[in-house]
Amino acid sequence: MAERILMKGNEAIAEAAIRAGCRHYFGYPITPQTEIAAYMAKKMPKIGGVFLQAESEIASINMVYGAAAAGMRVMTSSSSPGISLKSEGLSYIAGSDVPAFVVNVQRGGPGLGGIQPSQSDYFQATKGGGHGDYHMIVLAPASVQEMASLTIKGFNLADKYRMTSMILADGTIGQMMEPISFEDAEIESYDKPWALTGTGMQRKHNIVNSLYLKPDELERTNFARFEKYKTIEENEALYEAYRMEDAEICVVAFGIASRVAKNAVAAARNEGVKVGLIRPITLWPFPKKALRQAAEQVKAFVSVELNMGQMIDDIRLATECTRPVSLCNRTGGMIPSPDQVLESIREAAKGVN
Amino acid sequence: MKTTQILIAGFGGQGILFAGKFLAYKGLLEDLQVSWLPSYGPEMRGGTANCNVILSDDPVGSPIITSPDVLIVMNLPSLQKYVDTVVPGGQIYVDSTLIGEKVTRSDVQVFYIPATQMAGDAGVSTLANMIMMGCVLKNNPELSFDGTDETVRKLVPPKKAALVDLNLKALELGRDYEG
Repeated sequence: MAERILMKGNEAIAEAAIRAGCRHYFGYPITPQTEIAAYMAKKMPKIGGVFLQAESEIASINMVYGAAAAGMRVMTSSSSPGISLKSEGLSYIAGSDVPAFVVNVQRGGPGLGGIQPSQSDYFQATKGGGHGDYHMIVLAPASVQEMASLTIKGFNLADKYRMTSMILADGTIGQMMEPISFEDAEIESYDKPWALTGTGMQRKHNIVNSLYLKPDELERTNFARFEKYKTIEENEALYEAYRMEDAEICVVAFGIASRVAKNAVAAARNEGVKVGLIRPITLWPFPKKALRQAAEQVKAFVSVELNMGQMIDDIRLATECTRPVSLCNRTGGMIPSPDQVLESIREAAKGVN
Repeated sequence: MKTTQILIAGFGGQGILFAGKFLAYKGLLEDLQVSWLPSYGPEMRGGTANCNVILSDDPVGSPIITSPDVLIVMNLPSLQKYVDTVVPGGQIYVDSTLIGEKVTRSDVQVFYIPATQMAGDAGVSTLANMIMMGCVLKNNPELSFDGTDETVRKLVPPKKAALVDLNLKALELGRDYEG
């Protein structure tokens, strides 16, 4: 077994990105993700990579766009207000079908909000964020180990599907330290014949662009992109099921909320409540099938979120509103306690008995 | 199947986060599951700092501690804020140089250590935190004093190797303190 080392979640992302072959980091500092940039600043020059602190978030996402167009494994990271600034670039990257890796270590909003952990960018991440019809693959780590493993997966998926994959973490997972080992890194490599690498006078030049002035042509690119999204929805949804075997109540939570929810599920089980947890690991594609199946088994759902209720809509859509879904939440940088979640589970259990 | 939830709190600059890291590394070297969660924010020297450390035989659920088994406090606001959150039967370690108040609860075990005074007297004035840790290791049955040497060496960067012995000295002062 590889050695267990203690690392902050943010550092684990940076180290995993380097192991995934990322040699280009462009960013602009913001709490609570600055350790990613600090780690890159220290490491990149030693391994022949590029660390660049840009003049703004907008500049950094466009540097990502450029390096991605050249076929490089490239990333940027930020926190909520910074991601809003990057959203124009994310839309251009989507419209140009180039792979990029982006990290959002969320903090409370809206506006400048606060610096404490939050999950209130769920809509922004899973529904597009920037303008136009597009998606990003959205990965939601719940541990420091997953910060690393999903980073590597994120780079692989981005290259595989020529699109952005985003880590949607939060301040807690970013700042906390847990043991981690790097033994399982599976780096996939994909040919990039579309990349702007110079023709060498040997081939026709490639074009990376998101401008299509003929509407029928633009429509075709959107149709093609959504065919790809369909494949991803069918093949790439990931989730963890915990104590779901005989569950009558299903708690749904991701990231840090799922860690709190796990404690509450264990406590409720000790009281004899048949409750389980589904933890979406990909938020887009949302694990719809798992939720739909759960709806055939359980009598009610509880969505635990660090926002005013965003994922709850996807639960209702996935289950086609066949079961009641209640919300257990805190927001603005607050985190629900296991007791609050336990109380919500008890309430849901009352409703079904 | 044992889980120990440890909350360390005080002023920024007292080495609260470092003390937590020490316990986390200690747990790591004892092959336990570990989580370390710092308070973060615009609070450097003089502000409040706290740190949640969980050591467990099982994977750690929530890294956020609401009811600590062990509370270590190095200023009065922290004692006042957290004293009632400690589980009955839990332990509270108080730096009695900085905190004049006594704990009035009778269902917890309380240790008063004049750590800041002791650190000053011993010429390791910045290491009151590690004196507190020495006392924790001695009195908490889940943790042992063995392996502190290795833990400190893992924790102190090579550039600051001179600090290893001072940290060990502070830990021993805490261990040997008889209240």
